[in-house]
Amino acid sequence: MIRHLLSGADLDAATATEILDTAAEMATVAGREVKKLPALRGRTVVNLFYEDSTRTRISFEAAAKRLSADVINFSAKGSSVAKGESLKDTALTLQAMGADAVVVRHPASGAPHRLANWVDGSVVNAGDGTHEHPTQALLDAYTMRSRLGRLDGLHVAIVGDVLHSRVARSNVLLLSTLGAKVTLVGPPTLIPVDISPALAPGTDVSYDLDAVLPGVDVVMMLRVQRERMNDSYFPSAREYARRYGLDGPRMRRLPGHAIVMHPGPMNRGMEITPEVADSPRSTIVEQVANGVSVRMAVLYLLLGGNNR
Amino acid sequence: MTAYLIRNVSVVGGAPTDLLIRDGVVAETGAGLAAPDATVLDATGLVALPGLVDLHTHLREPGREDAETVESGSRAAALGGYTAVCAMANTSPVADTAGVVEQVWRLGREAGLVDVQPIGAVTVGLAGERLAELGAMADSAARVRIFSDDGHCVADPKLMRRALEYVKAFDGVIAQHAEEPRLTEGAQMHEGEVSTRLGLTGWPAVAEEAIIARDVLLAEHVGSRLHICHVSTAGSVEVLRHAKARGVKVTAEVTPHHLLLTDEKAASYDPVYKVNPPLRTAADVAALRAALAEGVIDIVATDHAPHAVEDKECEWAYARPGMLGLETALSIALDVLGPQWDLIAERMSRAPARIAGLDGHGLDPAPGVPANLTLVDPAARRVVEPAELASRSRNTPYARMTLPGRIVATFLRGEPTVLDGKAVK
Repeated sequence: MIRHLLSGADLDAATATEILDTAAEMATVAGREVKKLPALRGRTVVNLFYEDSTRTRISFEAAAKRLSADVINFSAKGSSVAKGESLKDTALTLQAMGADAVVVRHPASGAPHRLANWVDGSVVNAGDGTHEHPTQALLDAYTMRSRLGRLDGLHVAIVGDVLHSRVARSNVLLLSTLGAKVTLVGPPTLIPVDISPALAPGTDVSYDLDAVLPGVDVVMMLRVQRERMNDSYFPSAREYARRYGLDGPRMRRLPGHAIVMHPGPMNRGMEITPEVADSPRSTIVEQVANGVSVRMAVLYLLLGGNNR
Repeated sequence: MTAYLIRNVSVVGGAPTDLLIRDGVVAETGAGLAAPDATVLDATGLVALPGLVDLHTHLREPGREDAETVESGSRAAALGGYTAVCAMANTSPVADTAGVVEQVWRLGREAGLVDVQPIGAVTVGLAGERLAELGAMADSAARVRIFSDDGHCVADPKLMRRALEYVKAFDGVIAQHAEEPRLTEGAQMHEGEVSTRLGLTGWPAVAEEAIIARDVLLAEHVGSRLHICHVSTAGSVEVLRHAKARGVKVTAEVTPHHLLLTDEKAASYDPVYKVNPPLRTAADVAALRAALAEGVIDIVATDHAPHAVEDKECEWAYARPGMLGLETALSIALDVLGPQWDLIAERMSRAPARIAGLDGHGLDPAPGVPANLTLVDPAARRVVEPAELASRSRNTPYARMTLPGRIVATFLRGEPTVLDGKAVK
C-alpha cells in the first residue's frame, strides 16, 4: 500500500480497486446498529484544515471515528505565513504529538506534498488549492461503480470550472486509470491549457454541452463561483447557466441510464437547476454517504489496518 | 602592493603563457617571465578570463541583511569569478535616490571584494507611477547608468517611453523586467502542461513577449538604449532577433537557471525552484542556449536573489521568488556552452561591462590593462553544497548537483580576492 494519498496519480488500478472494494465492505458497517470497527483503535488521525470545509472535515471525522481512531481537529484557517506559525512548525508539532495520519485541507496547491516531507505519518490530501482532491475522486468512482456496475469503458463528462477545480483534476487522473473516458466541458476560459497531455492522454475537451450529453454515462457538474465573472471568465451568471448549466431539458438529452453527479456544495440555478439536483438521476446525496465509506477505506489501508 | 607572477596560464583559451601583475595592472605577458619579488602562482591547466561582470545581482542591503549584505554578496561574487556586480534597486528603502545608491556604492568599496555598481530605480518606490530622480543618481558618486524597477515591470507605456528618452542625457539604459502585470496576476509558475497538472496559476510566456515587443518598438521610436532582463522564452528570442535585425539598440540577458532548469522542477512543490520569470519548458531552454551562442542574447546575468530560509521553507504560493546564482554561474555557462572561452568571456565579462559602462572591466588580460581577472580550473568538478556557499542564504537550486569548473583565484585591480578557491577576506 502507498504511504500518502496526495494525488489521484498516486493510485494504480489495483490500488484504486482495492480501496473501492474495501469501501464496499466499510459501507456495510453504516447499515449496522453499532457503526464502529476497532481497526484503528489507539491510532491518532489529525484533521488539519486551513480552509473552511465542514462537509469534508466531518466526513473524515466520521470515517476515523467509525474505525475507532482518536481524532484531533486542528483548524488553522488563513495562510500559515499570514497567521504566524509556519506549515513546517505545525507539521513538527503534529509529529511530536504522534499523529499517525494527517488529513490536510489547504488553500495552497502542493501544501500536502510539503507536509509529507516533514511528518513520519501518512498524509491524506483533503483538497489543496486548485490542485487535487483524491478522496473526492475515489468516492465519485465508487458512486459510479455502484450505480452503473463498472468503471471501465464509461464515458464521463465533467462540466464547468475545470481550471480552478481540484475535483476535476483528481477525477481525470483516477477515471483514466480505471479505464473510463473523460470529456471536459466548459467555456474555453475555464479549461486549463494542455489538459490532455498534463493529466491523461485521451482526455477530450468540448465547449458544447448539448453535443456531449447524448453520449455520456455520467455527467459531473462542478461548482462555479459567480465571482468568476468579475475576472472575465464569462460575461454573467445568466449566460453561464444558459450555456453550461444542467437544466431539465438538457437532462432529458442524456441516455436513460445516465447519472448526474455534483461534488457539492451546489449553486442551484447556476450550474444545476433544482429539477435536476432533486431528480432520480442525481447521486448527490449518495456521494456524501459514500464519502464516509471511501475515507474509512483510505485511512484503514494507509494505516495498515489490514496488516494487524 | 604585492606583485603576482601567474605561470603557464591559458589566457582566454590561448596557448599557456605567464602573466605578471604589478601595481594593479597586467605588467607583462609572455613565456618564461622573471620577477624575483613576485609571488608565483602555478596556473598550469588553468584558464584566465577577464573578471566576470554581473549585470543583475540582488545584494538585499539595505533592508534584508538577514538574507544578504553587500559584503557577503561581494564575497559570493568574487568566489564566482566576478570582479564587478550591478546591484539591483529593489532594496528597502528602494534605491531611488542619490542617497541610497551612494550608500550601496560606499558599502561595496568598504567590502573591497568586487566593484559594486548600483542600479537606480526607474520609478519612485518601484511603484510605476512617476520617475525617480534619475539624473541625481547619474550625477552621484555612484555614477548610475543602469535604471531598473526589476521585480516589477515598468508597465505604463507612457512612463516607459519617458524613461527611455530621459536617460539619453547621460547615456543611461533602462533594464526592463518584462512582465505584463495583468497577465500574471497570482501567477506561480510557467503556464503550460505542468502548471495544469500541479494546479498552480500560470505565468504565460506572452506576458513577457508582449512587453519586449512593445519596448523594442518604443526604444526604436525614441532612439534609446534598452536592456531586457532575464529573457526566458523562445518567443522573446524571436522578438529580439527581429528587433536587432532592424537596428534597435536593445541588449538582453539570460540567467544560468533559465539555461539549465525546466518547469518540471516545480513538481516537487519545493519553492527553491520558484523564480520570476518562472522556469520554462525544455524547448525554451534550447532556444535560449542557441540565442546565447548566436548573440541574439548578449550576456549571462545571474539574477542572484538570496532569500531567508523562512521565505522558502513554506508552501509554494507563499514563497518568495528567486534563487542564488553568483557562485555557480560560470560552472553552468561552462556546462551549457562547453569550453568556448572566448564566447564565455564575451557573454560574462566584456559585453556586460560594455552595457554597464564599467571602463576598467571586461578587458582581456594584456599589458597595461587593469588586473581584473579570474583563473578557472576547467577540469575540476564540484558538488554544490548549500552550506558551503558564501552567500548568507541557502536557496540554490543546484544543491548536490555536480557541476564542471572551479574558480581558483580572482584578482581585483591586482589584489587577490580569491586564492586557492577561498576568499582572501
